Amino acid sequence: MIFLKLGSKTVTKTIKLFLTIFALTGVLAACSSNTQVEEPVEDTAPVEDDTSVDNTDYDLPEPVQDPLEGVDSVFYFEFDQSILTSEARAALTVHAEVLRDSPKSIRLEGHGDERGSREYNMALGERRANAVRDYLVLQGVDGSLIETVSYGEEQPAEVGSYDSAWAKNRRVELK
Amino acid sequence: MKIKILLVTMILSLSSVLHAELTIEITQGVNDPTPIAVVPMGGVKVPENISNIVSADLQRSGLFRPIPRGDMLSLPTQESQIHYRDWRILGASYVLIGGLQQTPNGFELIYELYDVVSQRKVFRKSSSGGTSALRDIAHAVSDAVYEAVTGIRGAFSTKILYIEDLRRGPKRYRLVKADADGARAKVIFSSSQPLVSPAWSHDLKQVAYVSFETSRPAIFRQNLVTGQREQLTNFQGLNGAPSWSPDDSKLALVLSKDGNPEIYTLDIASKKLTRVTRHFAIDTEPNWTADGKGIIFTSNRGGSPQIYQVGLASRRVERLTFEGDYNARSRVSPDGKSLVMVHRENGIYHIAWQDIVSGDLRILTETRLDESPSIAPNGAMLLYATKHQNKGVLAAVSMDAGVKFRLPSKQGDVREPAWSPFVN
Repeated sequence: MIFLKLGSKTVTKTIKLFLTIFALTGVLAACSSNTQVEEPVEDTAPVEDDTSVDNTDYDLPEPVQDPLEGVDSVFYFEFDQSILTSEARAALTVHAEVLRDSPKSIRLEGHGDERGSREYNMALGERRANAVRDYLVLQGVDGSLIETVSYGEEQPAEVGSYDSAWAKNRRVELK
Repeated sequence: MKIKILLVTMILSLSSVLHAELTIEITQGVNDPTPIAVVPMGGVKVPENISNIVSADLQRSGLFRPIPRGDMLSLPTQESQIHYRDWRILGASYVLIGGLQQTPNGFELIYELYDVVSQRKVFRKSSSGGTSALRDIAHAVSDAVYEAVTGIRGAFSTKILYIEDLRRGPKRYRLVKADADGARAKVIFSSSQPLVSPAWSHDLKQVAYVSFETSRPAIFRQNLVTGQREQLTNFQGLNGAPSWSPDDSKLALVLSKDGNPEIYTLDIASKKLTRVTRHFAIDTEPNWTADGKGIIFTSNRGGSPQIYQVGLASRRVERLTFEGDYNARSRVSPDGKSLVMVHRENGIYHIAWQDIVSGDLRILTETRLDESPSIAPNGAMLLYATKHQNKGVLAAVSMDAGVKFRLPSKQGDVREPAWSPFVN
């Protein structure tokens, strides 16, 4: 079990759901018997009211999506480059943590802008998807769960022949 | 012929405009095109106007200036009706006449070309076909006239493939086959997922292309007669850029299954795969040399994309392009002596031509975001994809850059033209 710092209101609903499930299955009791209680977090107060179990000393189970709230899942690249930006690395570090703890299959879709030849851009898109994959693997994510595919310039995020559209199209989408 | 840029845009009124998805706008021609009178054909009346199709073909080549029908002083349909004086007055160098006859199976056109200056018959020929072959008959006439006057085989009877993206809808991506003038467009395959890199087999019976219909890229071949499709590759990573060997027994393609984009050949009958390149850089966009003994390809092994050639027997790799920091997706000319490719200059992507032996490079296009050059089988012109008014369009340019025209699409984006080989 991992303790979470819950800062977001949207988290509350998920916690409610989990608490209910845990309460029903009796897992909560088992958990609480061998763990110390963290200081109660403010946002969880309504949850306590809604649950029928005595939850003065429980662990907060980890809701799967929560740590990724607000974390980018699209990563952008410079022209003719497949080097991760510092922003991309920061976001991917969070993704890697989550994927390490709750492994699941993911798909990395690489894309390029419209300039230059189409099949070369297909190769560039793959380079970008591979750069993301390699970073995740380096962070301990199981590489066999990662599928990479390049769409080259075939599926632009924004159609247009100008810098801002091109910048949005040179990307990897984590799905 | 002396070349001069004409800053006029002539829009041809093709009889086929209503039926065709692509229409032609000539944006530049040579400054002294050969004046020719294409006299309306005599004989039976048919829905297609053969004379107009021939006039449009010849005008589109940039090398001819058809004389308007309204200027003609007489409309001969046989030799005895030709008065050379009538044509000298109009400045015509050649006169084309003919007559169409119904046959048990369709039509036959007997046509004759006359040289006004020397006052002699150049040829008398016939072209025939089924009831749906009137456009084929017309293009055969254009081919014969073009060859008689220029000495170069005409390519008006050839076909083109291209990709059309409707931008929306469940079957937004379409692989289309059409006549070289854009008429008789027919959807070969359509998909909700991207279609990329269409390529003709040299016998014109098959096409190969990349389809994302399996949620990953895969190379398919499709029989144009039966419509039958076969998925040829399903490897992890890239499956792209198919190119038929001159004898159609193999495809060159790019796969990254071994971790890196490399050129392979696939024997179509045995499915035997042979790796051709071995380098940690990107190797892609293979195209067979005219003799089938080598493959040219794009690689960034030198730090920027450039064109290389590899011998299939020796595996020796040689760099072919040195001018500029971006040269990609090249195609070898039918005579094997030159290349065309995407060439970047000052951040703008043009189509360029290069003599392989001397290395001389010539930029052929003035538009930007130009890509996917495909050379006509007679080597006189190439088709390429560019952007016009925020839409993907096809355009053509002669190999000496003297003639230019555009084939704007009426719907969606049009890209990746592939000009067919000669029919026989």
